[in-house]
This record gives sequence, C-alpha cells and structure tokens, in this order.
Amino acid sequence: MAADLRVQHLLRRAGFGATRAEAEAFSQRGFAATLDALVDFHRTPDDVDALIGQPGYAVVTPSAGMSEPFSPSKSINDARQRWLFRMVHARRPLQEKMALFWHQHFATAYSKIANAVGGMAATQMMAAKRSEHPAGLWGQIELFRDYALPNFRDLLFEVARDPAMLFWLDGRLNTRARPQENFAREVMELFTIGVGQFVESDVYAGARVFTGWNLQRIGEARDPMGFYQFFYNAAQHDTSEKTVSFPIYPDGSKTIPARAASGGMQDGLDLIAALARHPETGRRLARKLWSFFVSEVHAPDEAWVNRIASVYTLADCHMSPVVRAVLASPEFDAPDAYFARFSWPVEFAARALKEVGYTGFALNRALGPLSNMGQQLFEPPDVAGWERGTAWFTTAAMLARMNFASMVTSQQRNDIAALATGNGATPEALLSFCLDRLSPAPFEQPAYSSLLDYLRGGITWNGSASQLRVKAPGLIHLVVGSSEYQLV
Amino acid sequence: MKFTRREFVRGGVSAFSIGFAAPKFLCDIALAQGAASRNLVVLYLGGGNDSLSMLVPYNDPFYRSRRPTLAVPAGQVLQIGADSAGTELGLHPRLTGLRTIYNEGRLALIQRTGYENSSRSHFEGTDIWSTANPLITQGPGWLGRYLDTIPAPVDPLHAWNTGAEVPHSLLSRLVAVPSISNPAGYAFQSPNGPVDAALEREAAIRMSSHLPMHRPHLAFVNASAQSAFATLDRVATVGAYVPSVTYPANGFGQALRAVAGALATQIGTRIFWVQTGGYDTHASQSGSYANLMTTLNDGLLAFYQDLNQLGLINDTLVLQFSEFGRRISENGSGGTDHGAASVMMAIGGQVRGGIYGTAPSLSPDPANPTLENSANDVRYETDFRSIYARVIDGWLGADSTAILGGDFRSGLAFL
Repeated sequence: MAADLRVQHLLRRAGFGATRAEAEAFSQRGFAATLDALVDFHRTPDDVDALIGQPGYAVVTPSAGMSEPFSPSKSINDARQRWLFRMVHARRPLQEKMALFWHQHFATAYSKIANAVGGMAATQMMAAKRSEHPAGLWGQIELFRDYALPNFRDLLFEVARDPAMLFWLDGRLNTRARPQENFAREVMELFTIGVGQFVESDVYAGARVFTGWNLQRIGEARDPMGFYQFFYNAAQHDTSEKTVSFPIYPDGSKTIPARAASGGMQDGLDLIAALARHPETGRRLARKLWSFFVSEVHAPDEAWVNRIASVYTLADCHMSPVVRAVLASPEFDAPDAYFARFSWPVEFAARALKEVGYTGFALNRALGPLSNMGQQLFEPPDVAGWERGTAWFTTAAMLARMNFASMVTSQQRNDIAALATGNGATPEALLSFCLDRLSPAPFEQPAYSSLLDYLRGGITWNGSASQLRVKAPGLIHLVVGSSEYQLV
Repeated sequence: MKFTRREFVRGGVSAFSIGFAAPKFLCDIALAQGAASRNLVVLYLGGGNDSLSMLVPYNDPFYRSRRPTLAVPAGQVLQIGADSAGTELGLHPRLTGLRTIYNEGRLALIQRTGYENSSRSHFEGTDIWSTANPLITQGPGWLGRYLDTIPAPVDPLHAWNTGAEVPHSLLSRLVAVPSISNPAGYAFQSPNGPVDAALEREAAIRMSSHLPMHRPHLAFVNASAQSAFATLDRVATVGAYVPSVTYPANGFGQALRAVAGALATQIGTRIFWVQTGGYDTHASQSGSYANLMTTLNDGLLAFYQDLNQLGLINDTLVLQFSEFGRRISENGSGGTDHGAASVMMAIGGQVRGGIYGTAPSLSPDPANPTLENSANDVRYETDFRSIYARVIDGWLGADSTAILGGDFRSGLAFL
C-alpha cells in the first residue's frame, strides 16, 4: 500500500523518519492513532538495545577494538553509536526525539567533564543506563529519556543536581564564601525565562540560592567502581535571604526567606518552581517546540504561542499534553509546515539509513561525517546548544551530507540493486520508485530532469542488472544528497 | 534561535541568484580582485578572555590581593614596558612568541576595549561584537555588511570561515561564506567509478543551480551547495600546501595553516575567520589558561613565521577579540566569572606595534573610574567599534561610517 503523506510528515518530525515497513504500518493505523502511539510511548516496550548486535540491523563497533566488549557507558564513541542505533531503530521515536530536544536545551558537552575526571567517568555521567551504573544512577541522556514528556519542573530539578551538569556549569564549586554564577545565569537565560526577563543581580542571588548543591566522590579516586553523586552540602549553603526581580511565590513575593542550612535546599526548589511557572518559560518552550516540530520557515503567531503556553500552565508544567497539543495543532499539519524544517545532522543520518537501508552499516563510520556536518552527539558547541536552521548548511556541512549519502549508498549497493530490479524498466520508473521510498521534499521540473539526465548519462538505458548496480546507487546518492532531502 | 537568519533567507535569495556565476569566471574575478588586496584574519577567543592574565598589570597593588591563586608572579611575566599612564605590563609567561612579535614592532595591544553596559551573556555579548551595535543583537554582522559592499558578482571564496559554523560577524545578506575547517577533506565523493562520479557531480551542480523564489528555504540550501561546488577545486589546491614551518597539531594551529595555505596558493580569499575556545574559565583557571596561552602563542608564532617567509606579512592583519573580559577578583573555584572590557590584539607587518590605551586600576574603591559594577569589572575606555572602524577604513579600504552606521573613527593609530 502507499504511505500516507500526513503520517510520514508526523514520523519525520516526531521521530527520525520511517522505514518502508514502518511507514506502511503506521499509515494503515492513520494519523490520530500514530500520534497516540508516539506520545503514549510507555505502551511500547523499550527493548531497542536488545537489538544491538543482532543480524539485520545497523552495526556497532567497540571503540576499544573488536576483541573488546561494546561499552556505551564507558566509551563516549560507543555511547554515540548506541544513541544513533536508538534513533535508527527506535520503538519509541518520540522519546528519542525529546531526549535530543532536551540534550539541545540543556546542552552539556562531554569534553569539559572528561577533562576534569577522565573519559570513562565522563561517559558514565553522560550516557550510562541505570543498569550499567554501580549505584544505579542514570547518565544525563537517560535522565532526558525518563523525563522526555513528564513534568518540566521535575526535569529542571533533576538537571540542577545532575552530576554532568554540576561539572559542566561548575555548580560543584558553588560555595557560601564564593558563589559560582555559571549555573544560576544559564538556568534563567537558557533553560527557562530567557534574556531580558532577569537582571544581573538575579544571577548573583541565584548563585547564592544554589550554594551547597555540590558533588561528592564515592570510592577512592582510582577505584574503577567509584563515581560522583549529588550532595547537598549544608555547611556550604548561604542561609541569608535572597531577593530577585520576579515573583518566587504565588503571592508575588520576590524574596526567598533566610532558612537554616539543613533545610536550605528548599531555596533551590522554590527558585526552580518559580522559573518553571514563570509565564515566559511556557512561551519560550512553545517557541522552541514550534521550531523543533512545526516550522523553521515561518515564526508562530502569538496566538499559537499563547495557546501552547496555556496548555503548559494548565497542565502544571507537564510536557506530554504540551507536545501532543503541538503535534495535533492545525498549524502542524498545514501545507506550509511540510518540509519547512532544516534537518539536524543526526536526523538526516538516521532518516537516510531508515529510508535507504541500514543492514550491516557500521555506525561508527557515521561519527566523522556527523562531525563534519556540524553535530557530534554529547558535544554541543556551548551551553546554548547547536545553531540550527540555515546555520547547519555551511558549504562544508552540505558537502559532508552529500558525501554521507555516497557512503550509505555505496555500502547498501547490493540491497539497492536488488530492490531496483523489476522497478527499472525505464529511467522514469526507477526515479519514481526511488522518490516514493525516500520521501524528499518535492522536486521541481529542472531538478527532476537533471535526475533523469543522470540516469541516461553515458549509457543507452536497458534496465539491466549491471546498469542498475551503478545507476540506482548513483541516483539515491543524488536524491539523499539533494537540498530537497535536507528538509523534513 | 535567531529569526533574522531565516529572514536572510527571504532577503538573500535574489542576491544569491544574481551573485552566483560559473566557477571559472569566479576564479578570474578572484585573481583580478586579488591584485592589490589585503588580507584580514579575525581571531575570536571564545568564552570571554581573562585579559588580565594575558596582559598583566603585575605591579598593581591590588593585583595579588584580588587574585591570590591566579596572579602571575612578577618574576614570570614577560615584561614589555609600561602604558601611557605608567602602568607596567607583562605578557603571560607562555606568550614568548608574541613577545618576539611585539619586539619586532608588529603587535599592538589595545587595552580596555568594550562598550557601555557590557553584556555578561556569552550569546548576547558575541552578538553585540558581531553586529557592532550594543542595541541590536540580530541582523548581519559587521564583516557581512562589509561583504555586502563588494560589487557583484562576489567570489564565494572571498571570505573563508575555518570553523564549523558561520560566525554571526560574517553573516551577510548577499554572500554565503563557506565553512572549511579541513581543506583536504573538501571533496565530492561518489559510490561509483569516475565516469558516473563525474555525471553525478554534473547533475548535483545543475540541481543546486535552480533557486526557486517561492521556496526560499530550499533556495538557501541550494546556494550552500552551489557555493561548495564553486569552491571545491580551488580549495583542493590549498589542501596540498606544504608549509615551511611546523604548525601545532591542534585545531587552532591547523586552521591557521589552512589560512596560510589559502594565502600562499593565491586562491583569492581575503577575509578569514579563525576561532579557538575554552576561555570560559570559571574554575581551575591557572593551569587551563596557561594551556590556552600555549595554544594561542604557538599557533600565532607559526603563522607569523610562515607569512614572513612567504613575504605576505605586510599584506596580512590579524585582529583578535573576545566577547567580554572577566571579573577582576577570582572566585572560590580558582576561576573568574563573566566581566566586561578586555584586550584586543592586532598583528601584522603594517601594524604599529605597542601598547594602546591604559590599564585599569584594580583598586576595589567603588569610585574607581577605570572599573564598573561596584569595582568588580573592568570598564571600557576604547569603544571596540573604533577598532573596527580603523580596520574598515585603513585596511579594507571601505567606509566605516556606512558599515558601522555611525562615526566611530578615533585617534588610536595602531594601523
């Protein structure tokens, strides 16, 4: 059967695209049921990691060497491969997609942590699953998976005491005598209310609020089973009152009262709750979700932003109804929202593998190209995350995308040639077959003609197996490397 | 998220289609434009440079008390004399190469550069240094606006970003600046042999040459692809450049090597962007800053020596900046938090070397006029736009008042 265009649109945005089989299965269920399945992902088992190493899927390569075990909680390159694997083979695509959203929102870079504690401990902090951690703690990306759609206030609280974040924004060093402003500034500027909604003195007060939110080392420095965990150090908490320029409490009070050190963690909880419920936070999240899910070509109108922000407020900061409202909004399904978003490099790579083929593709071969495209997982350029939209499309990044398309089609040549057999009687038939499988934005006549010219170039078409072995991969290379394919 | 960048898409599409021409033709333009041109390398130290550690007022009576663990001992700084107010200054001990360049009269250090109400945000601060307007943080950058003044068709390699993302300073309405961090990897690959590879390249060029006006976002991506195809062959020649000096193996050194290669092979590029990060030293700054200075020093020294041997140093200007300086007093983590004014550097054969401007007094007296924010941060003395103005007027030969939207010309004759 044919794939439903609306369902494909939804799967590109709320997931990483779809294999042919997935596109057909979800098309049969329809848009509404697909949306339900995506948002209510807990009904789907989270068993994708069990597919790693099974035949018929993409392949991971242990960074320590083929004789060593694959170690995504110890080696960051293995962690990157596992996350790519989860994007390509996700059973819960929206959970994976929201994990990426939060990774961008709370952008934390592995390298700074690795500089402080070494690569193995830093990988554990970024990417370990609870089952892989000696004390059952989660790495940051697992936190983002668990809080993919629950309450944003709870997520903020977990982020504020996340060991990776405490290294990344220096909260571990935030003490009474010397407050550390780094986290306090970014929790307001980037994570919640945004620039213009606070003043410099709020940053100083915020730093004092979080004094004592530090880390402790469990185990000796060289103990391989040792790790860092959050530690509220009451002796380092500034107990005096703190006043900011925006309301902290529902009664409008802007002052966090002086408290005994033992109960001083409440300062941070009060500030986090205030930031989460601040009207600008809902509106900022709405705008970010618009550009993430709906469109980067046009801005949302204020009515849409206010509508989504009010869902956020009514739901008491729960993200699940918010994201559902975004995806169910008529604006999401409007014609001008189709292919109105510039794919992120990891989205492009995952979708290309899902649509072209992934069997036997070694994901570690994607890591260098992704870096050239401008996105290395667990390594955002700074705390504001990656520059998105048109900024992905520097010349070198565009070339890297074309070359990744070449790499995938070259590796998948046998499967591509087999699929093309029976669908390549004429150049037009082969092109139509490929475009149907690949779902790029529509080609206009000049580009369409160029693709046909390529198929006819240098040969007299007879559709033979030997012609298809060259022309079908060449064609898919051109389509996946085209500008049209970069839009989702 | 900067909506203006998307607005560029709308505003810039027609320009892309007008500005674009065939690669061979562009090469001729580049050669013609290159005949009497000067090169500008803008160097951004990302994260907010603690310039008090780079150019140290080592005899200031409050320097050591405000920086008990960070202060560089007077016996270790590389003394370079005093500024016009008599403050004795020294370079960070790792900047031995820069001292050599200073002694040769080709390094200008411009103290206390910044602007009123300095932003302490990395992002807003970087945007302000990019737009050269403290009130407008969006829209084209100052170098982008310069590129917009060049008569069309503009060579797509007129400017070259060596980093991964086009910096805001280089965002232009009319010119898509290529980002090429590794010239050797800048090539079009194919799953097929040479015959079909050539056919694929030909098809890809034709596909990207169509810029549909009603689909500006698609046109934008096509323009990037066009720019890639228009620059591929020339950049490949840069990848083959073998310098006579050894550049450090780090990203900064390799970026400068690529710049030298582009200059040596005369591919026509005139404006380069180089950046190196890690300057956001909130914690444990002492060791990490020394490493930053080593990276900076070794890269710049290799570049300087290379250009000297190529005979290009008189045609080249390096201009360094950072989004802000850092707090004067160190914090409890052995680091420094976000501050205000900082130091800019200019290096080149036609730079009038020396120390410009005056150092801050580090006295914590809130009335100290060289400081701000209750004497916590360095107050600016020289508006950074006056430095840009001198570079635009005196080096690029353009009109700074038009590009900067005001008259910022000053008497600082470092160039």
